[in-house]
Amino acid sequence: MNHGLRGRTAVAGVGETTYYKRGQSTDPEFVLVVKAILAACEDAGINPREIDGFCSYSNDRNTPARLANALGLEELRYSNMQWGGGGGGAAAVVQNAASAVHAGSANVVVAYRGLAQGQFGRFGQGGRRPAVRGEFAYTLPYGVMSPAQMYAMRTTRLMWEHGIDRSTMRAVALAAYHHAQNNPRAVMYGRPLDAETYDSSRWITEPFRLYDCCLENDGGAAMIVTSAERAADLSDTPVLVLAAQQSGGHRSGAWVHNPTDYATSSFKLGAQHLYDQAGVTPDDVDVVQSYENFTGAVVMSLIEHGLCTYENANEVLTFENLRADGGSIPLNTSGGNLAECYMHGLGMQIEAVRQVRGDSSNQVPNVNVSLSNAGPMVEIASTAIYGTAEVLG
Amino acid sequence: MSALAEATYLPEGLTQPAPMRDGMDAPYWEGTREHELRVQRCADCGTHQWGPDWVCHACQSLNVEWVTVEPTARIYSWQRVHHPVHPALAEHGPYIVVLVELPHADNLRMIGNLLGDPMQDIVIGSDVEAVFEDHDNGNPPYTLVHWQVTNS
Repeated sequence: MNHGLRGRTAVAGVGETTYYKRGQSTDPEFVLVVKAILAACEDAGINPREIDGFCSYSNDRNTPARLANALGLEELRYSNMQWGGGGGGAAAVVQNAASAVHAGSANVVVAYRGLAQGQFGRFGQGGRRPAVRGEFAYTLPYGVMSPAQMYAMRTTRLMWEHGIDRSTMRAVALAAYHHAQNNPRAVMYGRPLDAETYDSSRWITEPFRLYDCCLENDGGAAMIVTSAERAADLSDTPVLVLAAQQSGGHRSGAWVHNPTDYATSSFKLGAQHLYDQAGVTPDDVDVVQSYENFTGAVVMSLIEHGLCTYENANEVLTFENLRADGGSIPLNTSGGNLAECYMHGLGMQIEAVRQVRGDSSNQVPNVNVSLSNAGPMVEIASTAIYGTAEVLG
Repeated sequence: MSALAEATYLPEGLTQPAPMRDGMDAPYWEGTREHELRVQRCADCGTHQWGPDWVCHACQSLNVEWVTVEPTARIYSWQRVHHPVHPALAEHGPYIVVLVELPHADNLRMIGNLLGDPMQDIVIGSDVEAVFEDHDNGNPPYTLVHWQVTNS
């Protein structure tokens, strides 16, 4: 079997800016990206002028050409934009960067995302156009405008089809806030959440309460992807990309909520390819970063990645089980999109890398296999698995 | 079978729909103005399709037709929106969005509002019927398709 990317590339460095509540960054979005890339280069121990490729997603406004100018690159060999709105591309950028490196298209590729919702408009607000044509003509006039409104009905259907209890969603929120209290980068650092506060929080749209929904933030994040050999020169404990996979199902992009399979995070097919590529099974996964646009999507994602089942989700997905300190499925150990920062999921890829390096603020002991998914429920989602050389055997 | 809305379910001022400039979905919007529910059906394999596309997703035929279907459905999923994200909804209060499926049209799904008490209990699987809500002052004029639980 051809294992493709397995262990061929590595994440040599990670970087992020200060994470801000939306609108509070004093830096322009472009500067946030430059700062994140420079931080990642410093973390990796490489000169920024060694970068020769860029990968981003979700129509990031900060283009490779402009970044190459700013960073003084002598040569730009590779650039790539992952299609799709939402954060479905946050692991796909690692796949795309790793593929470029493995193919010899470039040597040092940066995967990045910059987001200043305060400067360019909030995801959580509806459009203000007088008229709309195409797909959104069938949703906006009925008051389906924000991401929460676009994805709530998948969660309702999940709960109805499989008897999933909302206690699972609460556990996801509590775990994220619990972990954020140990993470000084987290926007919600120093702002703990308890079950009573979650239960009494206002509805955004049923079945989502306030704390089921991700934050809106300003910030920048970047990861340096290079060959496993180069990474081994830079670090005694390189973080290998064991697998990275995009995932969409039959008609997953069909308009007006018509995917063939509706109550899905879009991972059912991709997860199998992912594990095959990595040469591991769900039982091997030591720690999980599961993208929270909304908590209900995390429940779907964990099930579809084989980390629990529809049948046992209500029993398994508890706050105790999701904690880094002793849980069986340590989840979202930086605080994730709910409580660290909504860096469109790239921060959760970085956290997965940190868990392998052993320098997470909520470090799980002896991590060899670290999984991080992105953009559940969007048309094309993605997942990456990072790990140590030990996994390669 | 179908009813006519007496007042708009959501306040004026939201983004209004308009047909695509390439004409792909014009028959749907024209149908709503005539209080008919039109969807696509493949002239080759007979599969009903929604949302609209130039290509049949089942057999890849380009020979996709429009047909009028009975404006009845059943609730497939729902949400009750509480937090307004548009100025026109700021003082409006909760509203219900339903995703309905049409069993007589290959279970294709459509989105609309569920008329009636916004705090009503909503039961997946309930039978609903379409209610056409005219917006004659739109630019261009348009008609929305809502749903209400069938009294039987």
